[in-house]
Amino acid sequence: MTRYILNRLGQSLVLLVLVSMIGFAVLNLAPGGPLSQFALTPGMTQADLDRISAQMGLDRPLIVQYADWAWRLLRGDWGRSFRDSRPVLDVIGGHFGATLLLMGTATVISVVVGTWVGIKGATKRYSIFDYTATVGAMVALSIPTFWFGLVAIYIFSLKLGWLPAGNMYTIGDGSILDYAKHLIMPALVLALVDVAVWSRYMRTATLDVINQDFVRTARAKGMTPRRVLMKHVVGNALLPMITLAGLQVPTLLGGALVTETVFTWPGMGRLFLDSLGYQDYPVVMGLLMFSAILVLLSNLAADLLTAFVDPRIRLT
Amino acid sequence: MTVSTTSANSSVKSGWWNSRTFRRFVRHRLAALGVVMVAVLTVACVIGPYILPYNDLYIDLRARFSPPLTGYHFLGTDPLGRDIAARLLMAGRISMLVGFSAMILSTLIGATIGVVAGYYGGRVGTVLMRFVDAVLSFPSIFLLLALAAFIKPSPIMITVIIAITSWMEVARIVEAEVRSLRERDFIMAARMLGLSNRWIMFRELLPNAMGPIIVAATLTVARAILLEAYVSFLGYGIQPPLPSWGNMLNGAQQYLQSAPWLAIVPGVAITLAVTSFNFIGDGLRDALDARSDLN
Repeated sequence: MTRYILNRLGQSLVLLVLVSMIGFAVLNLAPGGPLSQFALTPGMTQADLDRISAQMGLDRPLIVQYADWAWRLLRGDWGRSFRDSRPVLDVIGGHFGATLLLMGTATVISVVVGTWVGIKGATKRYSIFDYTATVGAMVALSIPTFWFGLVAIYIFSLKLGWLPAGNMYTIGDGSILDYAKHLIMPALVLALVDVAVWSRYMRTATLDVINQDFVRTARAKGMTPRRVLMKHVVGNALLPMITLAGLQVPTLLGGALVTETVFTWPGMGRLFLDSLGYQDYPVVMGLLMFSAILVLLSNLAADLLTAFVDPRIRLT
Repeated sequence: MTVSTTSANSSVKSGWWNSRTFRRFVRHRLAALGVVMVAVLTVACVIGPYILPYNDLYIDLRARFSPPLTGYHFLGTDPLGRDIAARLLMAGRISMLVGFSAMILSTLIGATIGVVAGYYGGRVGTVLMRFVDAVLSFPSIFLLLALAAFIKPSPIMITVIIAITSWMEVARIVEAEVRSLRERDFIMAARMLGLSNRWIMFRELLPNAMGPIIVAATLTVARAILLEAYVSFLGYGIQPPLPSWGNMLNGAQQYLQSAPWLAIVPGVAITLAVTSFNFIGDGLRDALDARSDLN
């Protein structure tokens, strides 16, 4: 097990280095490179640009620049926002909570609904329910999240007037109920794709377990189907789902970006778009790296969790 | 496309939804439906603009915000009084073309990297596949938007960056397939014949991995159309006055109350197109891979 963990940690480290290289490459793709912000200033001459370039160390070989950039990344010095000169990590930190709340709620919804749909589909295979769920999942994967959000706003905010159309809370009303009312619609919209993915995988995983010998034994002992399902099937089927939860994080982050835009939710995704609009490249790059690191960490966490829960790995 | 007909004639038995045959039949039905929908969309987008009474760029400020079915504006008009039906079809040309081209490009990239990684294996394979993992660590929309903000957003560049952010699936599939094919006798025979590595990779291995590649490519079209819609909706994709399904939705939100058709119409088109390609991909997977039939 220690060996497995060390191995897995090593893998993540290698990935982190590769991810940072890609990040650095993207950074240098910016028009005019990192100097672009100064190039537009009126009265800026080539001599000035050269001076700034030397000051920022941009005349050094790329490999040195990369090492320097990566080292500062490691120490938490991610540069400052062009917009308000605050440190990039502070800016991101201020928006992270909202995104976490949205993604967390969406994940809970999709795990609960997806698990239920998946198990029901697997135990009642080829029923109308199973058939509808399979086709429904495929359609759900094809609907653009932002459009689904617009339609939801149209129906539930504009026509029915049940829920607010955007923002995280009403100014002057900070009650939990108010937060919940603002949260429920974007969370459901964001969860749609995840529910579809989760239910399909859960269905396959349940079918895998159902056909195994220990389930047959349990049935042969005379256990009621319900108890077999609860005691032997669900737990085992959920095991590979932990990995899936980790793998879904990039999709979820991407979905959060558009959902936050449509619902004016003050999270990382909206920060990303706002920063793009202001050409605030340090924050854009920071968010790109931050999201990739988040993905790496969640995959690592999912694998380690699986290792702890699964005796087949734990005991080796 | 012959997928639709293979098992479609097996008759329906008692407990009609209860049989695998029916399931297969329905799946193929969906694939057939997908093929028909794609065909209809394509024909409409190619021919439609010549038939419609309005040009997609014709601005008629007196007819702004006409709801659907006003006069000859079958789907209404937008905030500049342009005919939405005409724009929808012209947008379809661009969105589907971008989707298709991005699929071809990303399949080329993915298949090449996958076959090299799978065939050589060892250190080369590990490095390449780790690189694939690293690119996959970035949420594709974040990467896509960051790249889109840095380039001049022409349709070609949008296509290229969509391909850059969506070749990884194909690479993984091809790598796995090639890794298992590599040990087979016909590859050994090819080696003993003294064929070059390049010949073996592209003439022996790739054609044998074609099934999974076709499935992945079909699903990539769906994905690429969706990605184009996302970036264009957010304002970094195809730029107006050139219409695309995504950028028609850009700005629709502020008129949601007064002109909901602005938001509804292009969204339905995107969903239809993407669903169709997903149906086709799923049907092809069933037809080409016997294993998937088990669940």
